[in-house]
Amino acid sequence: MSEHLLDVRDLRVSFDTYAGEVQAVRGVSFWLDPGETLSIVGESGCGKSVTVQTIMKLLPSPPSRIKSGSIHYQGRDITHLPDKAMDEYRGKEFSMIFQDSMTSLNPTMRVGRQLCEGIIRHQKATRAQAKQTAIELLGQVGLPNPEQAFRRYPHTMSGGQRQRVMIAMAIACNPKLLFADEPTTALDVTMQAQILDLMNGLKKKLGTSIILITHDLGVVAKMADRIAVMYAGKVVEYGDARQVFYNPCHPYTWGLLGAMPNLIQDVKSELYAIPGTPPDLYAPPQGCAFAARCPYAMGACLKGDPPKFVCSDGHISRCWLMDERAEEVMPPDGIPTLPRGGKQA
Amino acid sequence: MKDPVLEVSNLKKYFTIGRGQVLKAVDGVSFSIQRGETLGLVGESGCGKTTVGRTLLRLYQPDGGTIRFDGQDVTKAGRSQSKVLTRKMQMVFQDPYASLNPFFTVGEIVSEGLEIHKLCASKREARERVYELLSMVGLSKEHANRFPHEFSGGQRQRVGIARALALDPEFIVCDEAISALDVSIQAQVVNMLMKFQEKLGLTYLFIAHDLSMVRHISDQTAVMYLGTMAEYGPTQEVYSHPAHPYTQGLLSAVPVADPDYERTHQRVPMEGEVTSPVNPKPGCRFCARCTRATDICRRESPALRDLGSGHQAACHNL
Repeated sequence: MSEHLLDVRDLRVSFDTYAGEVQAVRGVSFWLDPGETLSIVGESGCGKSVTVQTIMKLLPSPPSRIKSGSIHYQGRDITHLPDKAMDEYRGKEFSMIFQDSMTSLNPTMRVGRQLCEGIIRHQKATRAQAKQTAIELLGQVGLPNPEQAFRRYPHTMSGGQRQRVMIAMAIACNPKLLFADEPTTALDVTMQAQILDLMNGLKKKLGTSIILITHDLGVVAKMADRIAVMYAGKVVEYGDARQVFYNPCHPYTWGLLGAMPNLIQDVKSELYAIPGTPPDLYAPPQGCAFAARCPYAMGACLKGDPPKFVCSDGHISRCWLMDERAEEVMPPDGIPTLPRGGKQA
Repeated sequence: MKDPVLEVSNLKKYFTIGRGQVLKAVDGVSFSIQRGETLGLVGESGCGKTTVGRTLLRLYQPDGGTIRFDGQDVTKAGRSQSKVLTRKMQMVFQDPYASLNPFFTVGEIVSEGLEIHKLCASKREARERVYELLSMVGLSKEHANRFPHEFSGGQRQRVGIARALALDPEFIVCDEAISALDVSIQAQVVNMLMKFQEKLGLTYLFIAHDLSMVRHISDQTAVMYLGTMAEYGPTQEVYSHPAHPYTQGLLSAVPVADPDYERTHQRVPMEGEVTSPVNPKPGCRFCARCTRATDICRRESPALRDLGSGHQAACHNL
């Protein structure tokens, strides 16, 4: 087995609630190499954030529970590492940029002190050294006048500025892996473009790997080397960016691509809307979770969960249409026909 | 043939925020919307898009300018006239969680307007109308007795649309009506809005920050920057030949779902962020972020200039 930076295999996470067990993540596998960006795409409630928060061990247990699967980081199994041991990883090896910078920064602390906390903890720096590093970091993420920014409170900053502070905090200890959970969703497009450019620049400079959670396929196209499309707690399609965009092999991916109007393509008369809503994860359906919304659903889809079919090298789709016994279907405009009959992974 | 439903000229809305400071949220904006068409209003947060929408429906009193709806001056309407106007002009709000009263059932929410405007002769007729409206927006009869918290975001937005349609309006302001929704649900709602426009001859003001969605839905597009109109014209023109440096920067900042395009595409640089609309300096509002700013930009604010075929932009360097 070759060694990846991060290797997640068949991860299943559930939440025990009064109403029953919510199966938020139902068998997710992916891996990531140094210097790569993996994008996890999907609608709200599909388990993107839970997957990442499980890897970071940010979810309180109970109610959350890892049912099965493994998480390997640099070859070491960190699936059931206790909280104390995780402290050595969090902030130092992994770090995270959250979506909502207003609630994830401490409103009662000056930006500088929050930033120094991690540096002092992980780099055994003195207060003065930490301050020096913090000011350098604030300059590096493009905040004008870093000395002044160091002494400001989060509420006096704009959303874009706070997001820059979050990035500075995340890269403070040169992490090898950066999780970004919808880092630009709350921002305007112009600020989004600046933040994404900043992240790409830092990735190149520091060689950090990024796991980017988003629902915006435009952001994915700009950032991702590899894409995992999630639906109802499962990765339904996985491949590198060009494979997934130009050769999508799952009807859900077709739907996502068709649902977004595009600035460079001709205006379509009607958007391709995926009918219905995602399933309830208290009682996930027996067969393919997408079958109820899928215009191509067949009898087999309702009975059994589709296995992973190999579309091409490193490109995987979980859809029965890929089976050689399935009838050939016509994908929507502009999408090549399915490479059926691939091996099951 | 031109048949403007709504004509807005030189609209102003200022807010005083204490210590003699004035926030000029909307500062001299003019546009018109033809019957059965959609005007898309775009811009960054804080540029005054929502204030324009709210002022049109007189949720705010304008501080200057005129709003003419069907030839009638909205700002001078008396009590009885304005009641007629509220029936004709409706709004779909951004946040489907905050804009529905949690103590009302969906049926009550949708029928409230019917009662106020006495549009139905009997309770029974009102009930039938509510069922009809719910089925129009893709909900069922059974949903009428449920409360908003029992619905998903997309379904709530459908309720908001049913409420707006209940009064048989001519004009609807959609204020970021889809931005809180998931991609697949957004497409459902947008398709529905476009279907209603065709069927009922509705006119929309579609306020959004999602530029690709605005391109999809609008006939005309207006780009606002800090309370002023930067560019205005037919959607096709504005998107294919953006004239104002702000529009150019804004459009090139939108990520496109195409990896090859994204890797090769050069972004028009636009750094920094929106400056404060409080006590703005004279001159072009955009000049602090503009790469082409010259002396005149710092002195005088540019007027909208006609570029042919209804395309206008406010920039000195055209």
